Amino acid sequence: MEKVNTRHSISRVLLLLLVVLFSFSQNLFAQEEAAADESSQGSVEAAASSGGDAAKGKELFNSLCASCHKRYKRSTGPALNGVTSRHETDWLYRWIKNSQELIAAGDAEAVAIYEEFNQTAMTPFPQLSNEDIDNILAYVEQPKPEPTTQPQIPGGSGGDSSGSGVSTDIILGVLAFVLLLLVAVLFLVNKTLTRFAAASGVELSVAETRKPIWKAFVENQFLVLVTSVFLLLTGGYFAYGYLMQVGVDQGYQPVQPIHYSHRIHAGDNEIECKYCHSSARVSKTSGIPSLNVCMNCHKSISEVADASNPNTSVTEEYTKEFYDGEIAKLYEATGWDPATQSYTGESKPVKWVRIHNLPDFAYFNHSQHVTVAGVACQECHGPVEEMEIMYQYSPLTMGWCINCHRETNVKMEGNEYYEKIHEELSKKYGVETLTAAQMGATECGKCHY
Amino acid sequence: MSSNKKYWKSVEELNENSPIVETLKQNEFVEEIPTDEFLGDKESLESSSTSRRDFLKFVGFSTAAASLAACEGPVTKSIPYVVQPERIVPGVANYYATTIADGFDFSSVLVKTREGRPIKIESNKLASATSSANARVHASVLSLYDNQRLKRPMVKGQPVSWEEFDRGVSAKLNNLGGKQIVLLTQTFASPATSKLIAEFSSKYANVKHVVYDSVSENAVLDAFEAKFGYRAMPNYDFSKAETIVSVGADFLGDWQGGGYEAGYAKGRVPKEGKMSRHIQFESNMSLAGANADKRVAVSPSKQKAVLAALYGYVVGGGSSDLSAELDDAVVKAKEQLRKSGSNAVVVCGLQDVDAQLITMAINEALGSKVMDVENPKMNRQGNNKEVLSVVAEMNSGNVGAIILAGVNPAYSLPNSSDFKDGLKKVDLSLTFSMKEDETAELCEYVAAAPHYLESWGDVQITKKNVSLMQPTIKPLFDTRQFQDALLKWVGNDTSYYEYIRQTWSGNLSGKSWNDALHDGVFESSMLVESSDFVANEVNLSASLSRLKQSSSNGMELVLYTKTALGNGEQANNPWLQELPDPITRVSWDNYITVAKADADRLELWNENVANGALDGCYVNVKVGDKVLKNVPVLIQPGQAKGSVGLSLGYGKRAAIQEEMQTGVNAYPLYQNFNNVQNVTIEKAGGRHEFACVQLHNTLMGRGDVVKETTLEIFNTKDKSVWNHLAQVSLNHEEVAVTSPEVDLWDEFDRTIGHHFNLSIDLNACTGCGACVIACHSENNVPVVGKSEVRRSRDMHWLRIDRYYSSEDTFEEDNEKKDNFSGLFGDNGSLGGFGELEEAAQEKVQVVFQPVMCQHCNHAPCETVCPVAATSHGRQGQNHMAYNRCVGTRYCANNCPYKVRRFNWFLYNKNDEFDYHMNNDLGRMVLNPDVVVRSRGVMEKCSMCIQMTQKTILDAKRDGREIKDGEFQTACSAACDSGAMVFGDINDKESEVYDLKQSDRMYHLLEHIGTKPNVFYHTKVRNTTEV
Repeated sequence: MEKVNTRHSISRVLLLLLVVLFSFSQNLFAQEEAAADESSQGSVEAAASSGGDAAKGKELFNSLCASCHKRYKRSTGPALNGVTSRHETDWLYRWIKNSQELIAAGDAEAVAIYEEFNQTAMTPFPQLSNEDIDNILAYVEQPKPEPTTQPQIPGGSGGDSSGSGVSTDIILGVLAFVLLLLVAVLFLVNKTLTRFAAASGVELSVAETRKPIWKAFVENQFLVLVTSVFLLLTGGYFAYGYLMQVGVDQGYQPVQPIHYSHRIHAGDNEIECKYCHSSARVSKTSGIPSLNVCMNCHKSISEVADASNPNTSVTEEYTKEFYDGEIAKLYEATGWDPATQSYTGESKPVKWVRIHNLPDFAYFNHSQHVTVAGVACQECHGPVEEMEIMYQYSPLTMGWCINCHRETNVKMEGNEYYEKIHEELSKKYGVETLTAAQMGATECGKCHY
Repeated sequence: MSSNKKYWKSVEELNENSPIVETLKQNEFVEEIPTDEFLGDKESLESSSTSRRDFLKFVGFSTAAASLAACEGPVTKSIPYVVQPERIVPGVANYYATTIADGFDFSSVLVKTREGRPIKIESNKLASATSSANARVHASVLSLYDNQRLKRPMVKGQPVSWEEFDRGVSAKLNNLGGKQIVLLTQTFASPATSKLIAEFSSKYANVKHVVYDSVSENAVLDAFEAKFGYRAMPNYDFSKAETIVSVGADFLGDWQGGGYEAGYAKGRVPKEGKMSRHIQFESNMSLAGANADKRVAVSPSKQKAVLAALYGYVVGGGSSDLSAELDDAVVKAKEQLRKSGSNAVVVCGLQDVDAQLITMAINEALGSKVMDVENPKMNRQGNNKEVLSVVAEMNSGNVGAIILAGVNPAYSLPNSSDFKDGLKKVDLSLTFSMKEDETAELCEYVAAAPHYLESWGDVQITKKNVSLMQPTIKPLFDTRQFQDALLKWVGNDTSYYEYIRQTWSGNLSGKSWNDALHDGVFESSMLVESSDFVANEVNLSASLSRLKQSSSNGMELVLYTKTALGNGEQANNPWLQELPDPITRVSWDNYITVAKADADRLELWNENVANGALDGCYVNVKVGDKVLKNVPVLIQPGQAKGSVGLSLGYGKRAAIQEEMQTGVNAYPLYQNFNNVQNVTIEKAGGRHEFACVQLHNTLMGRGDVVKETTLEIFNTKDKSVWNHLAQVSLNHEEVAVTSPEVDLWDEFDRTIGHHFNLSIDLNACTGCGACVIACHSENNVPVVGKSEVRRSRDMHWLRIDRYYSSEDTFEEDNEKKDNFSGLFGDNGSLGGFGELEEAAQEKVQVVFQPVMCQHCNHAPCETVCPVAATSHGRQGQNHMAYNRCVGTRYCANNCPYKVRRFNWFLYNKNDEFDYHMNNDLGRMVLNPDVVVRSRGVMEKCSMCIQMTQKTILDAKRDGREIKDGEFQTACSAACDSGAMVFGDINDKESEVYDLKQSDRMYHLLEHIGTKPNVFYHTKVRNTTEV
């Protein structure tokens, strides 16, 4: 059922006005912030680029080192920021080019690191020149950028984020005041005019008392009949609409124990649905991925990129801290200790709230639709890649299933199973393509057993 | 005209001064209604501020509030694995080959698991024929989820840890002061276990291992040992048999370890005009007897004489002093045996070494290829003499420790009271048990044992065929298997799994361990127990004269095991309790079966009461000084005069849910482990209520329900003679009822895609009931309990009807019916039909007919459903949408086959039906692909549409055509005898298509034109006497 919005033109105009005002002020502040960001970034880079080219270093770091190392945080290997102060540069050259050689040679420093990181051997990079290594080191030695949300110039030209809230309030207040003033002025004008009229002896016409409209309505039996029929029909229409949605949980969006964002995973990072929901290919259930699948990536991704990163997933509503906290929940559930990069063995399963609840008496098989029919996940689950929080997109009613079965052609090309059936059925119906319904997909027992 | 008649209501009114009459004039009732009594005292009622209106308002409000609150949908949690096991994909079943060996049933099986829990047992097609899975094996998966299982080890009734348990046991074992340690175990037939016990014996001095079978096959083991030097039983390949003569052997039941039905059924299907001939001499009506071509009811003592006479005739120069009729039967059997020569076989079920020796001698004289002594069966090892001597020694105080494994002698020993006394005199009593059974209650140490689906093992079912047992689920409870405990006690740190691998390494007949485990079976000839024995000559003449002299005065009791419960090991399994006995069709009970003549003599009765259910009287059964009181009586057609039957395995009380404490325990009558006892029967008072699912026992000459003929007619006459198709008149011409011109309906085009048909061969069906249990477990069929079954509300989707002939043969029934003329007189139908209702007595013919939904193409049920809940699919299946059903039951009324089942109650999560669906453990057996039906809906066989759909989907996903044999239903997959074949008749290459073209094919009640998709094959009996 479509919902009809009631339109209040006045409130709409007012709202529009407000929005325009508000967005204007926001825009202003945002620009200022960006400017501040740039300047701080610039100064940081300038400060660090003494030994090598940090920009080139960044490229090398991302392609070679980032899978095991982070700049400011321990990962599979140690955090690299400050590595030049911990070790000699020459030693670093040798270590990076072939660490195992160093360890085999019995270098005390090398052995210590090797032991500390559970005897995980670092991949040798003999292809790197000393200059390349310098560049990388320049990049990793850049100091950690300070969070940009902090007020940098106290009492400055309104550059702090808290200012925007105050100014909105003020604007609202002023607006309300102006409106009140207008009302008062109108009232005063009216009062003065009446007084003038009285003073100048102008007779104000007195409205003659007419029959009240409700009485006229009640006396007109035809109108009463039509109205009541109308009301009954409308009432019936809405009651039916209400009853038909009982048990249909379209739009159901429960709060999950971990705030998992499909927008970040399937949208921003374009991870294929069936990478995580692999059993959709072979099983009746799509399967909620087991946590070890999450850890395939999250072993090395312990935080989201912050707002300064152009590829960031952080939004106004959900901050970096928020997302990092959610990743921490995953670590807690799997028993992963990011400090030691190892499993503690204490895991506790995540109790997700199931969103798509098909009743027991309806049998649905994912592999039939995903693998055999090649239906895209989005056909039923909607724009999952845009969903911050997953919700039930389709009504999952029988009518909805049947409609699709009636309209969709069965994908038969290249499937030996269908060859004979296709040939015979297309002769029978005189068509080239066959819908699922023509194949018998609307029979009761195909889904109800 | 006015009348001054005075009408009065009671004599009291005639009394003018009656105060009652006066009061009644004013009041409705003589006395004031004591409203205060149920409303409370008047004062507080009046002073209450709550008026009636208020009360109604509150009620209305709270109802509205409650229903509003109920609108909120439930929140369902979904919990994925933390680390998903590599081979488990949620929603996809995994199969593992394993082996059941619970001491009574031995079978190599395939276990279907879903998300790591076993949900169904299937036969392992790679295994040899002698291990086909029977009903109990199929039901054993439910015993895994038995709520009464022991959850942890116990010492003196207190739960303890295994460490504590081990400490206590080893302390005691090391301080026995030289007294004997006895291991009293079930038959494991496991070479690894035997080796382990030998190691245990060498570590602890004075160890004695005694194998105990609750239902003994001691006689044949002794006979075989006397001849060949080790304990085993001859194996029989009935598929080679042209003539089978059985003397008291129910070889389609549990005789000598069972598992022979597959081979037997192969020879029973007429091929090129030939089929085997089966002659049965027996006293109880058994499955084998019911399938026989010729059955001679003989009391047990006479069976010995029959065997002796048969030996005499076969070897030559014999004579007998049998009655003329019986002698004639024996002579004819001999002729038949002679005719078939080496393809003939004699089997014997008498618990008598002489009889077993003579049987082997006859087979040797015949040169029988059917009997195989090279690869004998090893699945019974029990030694009665040793068991009895252990009990004696326990009582004399020579036994220091007794360790029991897989046995429950306190329940199943005939002299269990001696055993119980002896147990008190033993320093260490320890039992490995899955339940706190009768024995465990008395033992100091109770080790919680795992189910076979949680254990490792190797089982040598026959000498050459070894099956492996592997766990299919992590142990549900804190259990440990006997062998692992033995390893601990001998100080071996390896697990039993490692131990088995070591035992068999290099002995897997070329297979790798993983291949052997995958297949579940391999060939090897390492022996369970070996000894250096030289075969010696056995003196047969002494045996023969002993057999001839056997006689009996008075009644003889034959103890037997039922298809459902066997030796009683799985008595707490509701599927088995509700499985009707194939012969008597009674569930939830055991009873004494009596011949009609004896019943009349002793004034015993059976009757059907008003609701149709069966009632019977009680008797007291006395064997020696043992008396069983109040045993219900069932009058059994075919029972030999002078004999009665009673099944073992019932009457268990310990660790059995109250509902399943059924029947009487017959083990106390099993004196000296002999299944034949002299008995006195005495009528007792009272009335017993049976739960019998079939109330009408004869076909009443309706030859079109079960068509049958003789081999002679089948071979010589035209199909229209013995498989007549009903005709109707069209334009004054007789036309076949199947022809399209006489059809009221427009036929749908079913030539495209799949069209499923199920073929049932009445010749191959032995009535074993495996399909019924397989259907239960595949389709989540509920158990309804004894009182509901009695009300004919059983939920079996598949039933196996059993019919007796009213005359001596079904053919005579048909003739009798056809010859009725008029109402009265000798051939009058009025009395005649009454006579037809009565089954014949000694010479009765029996036929089994599995009936499930026939999936009619013109289904009468579909047209009467007011809500179109049942409809037809293009693939031939009659669909039933439970969620659409409103429960009018019109369909059930309109079904000519009576195969629809109505859910009168909610059978799950309902304390009134406290079976497996009412507890979390039991519900783990449910098949997640099939919905559990709720109250008020009709259900029925779906032709396992979930299985056919899965097969189709798999093929679609792989992009290939479906091969014949891939389509299966639960029943056809469970049918080892090959009676049920399922497939797609649009596939002209398929087996089921061929079967449909067979001359023997007919549809059930064809004349009503329902065009079923299930068809039957006319039963052919080989009645030709030589």
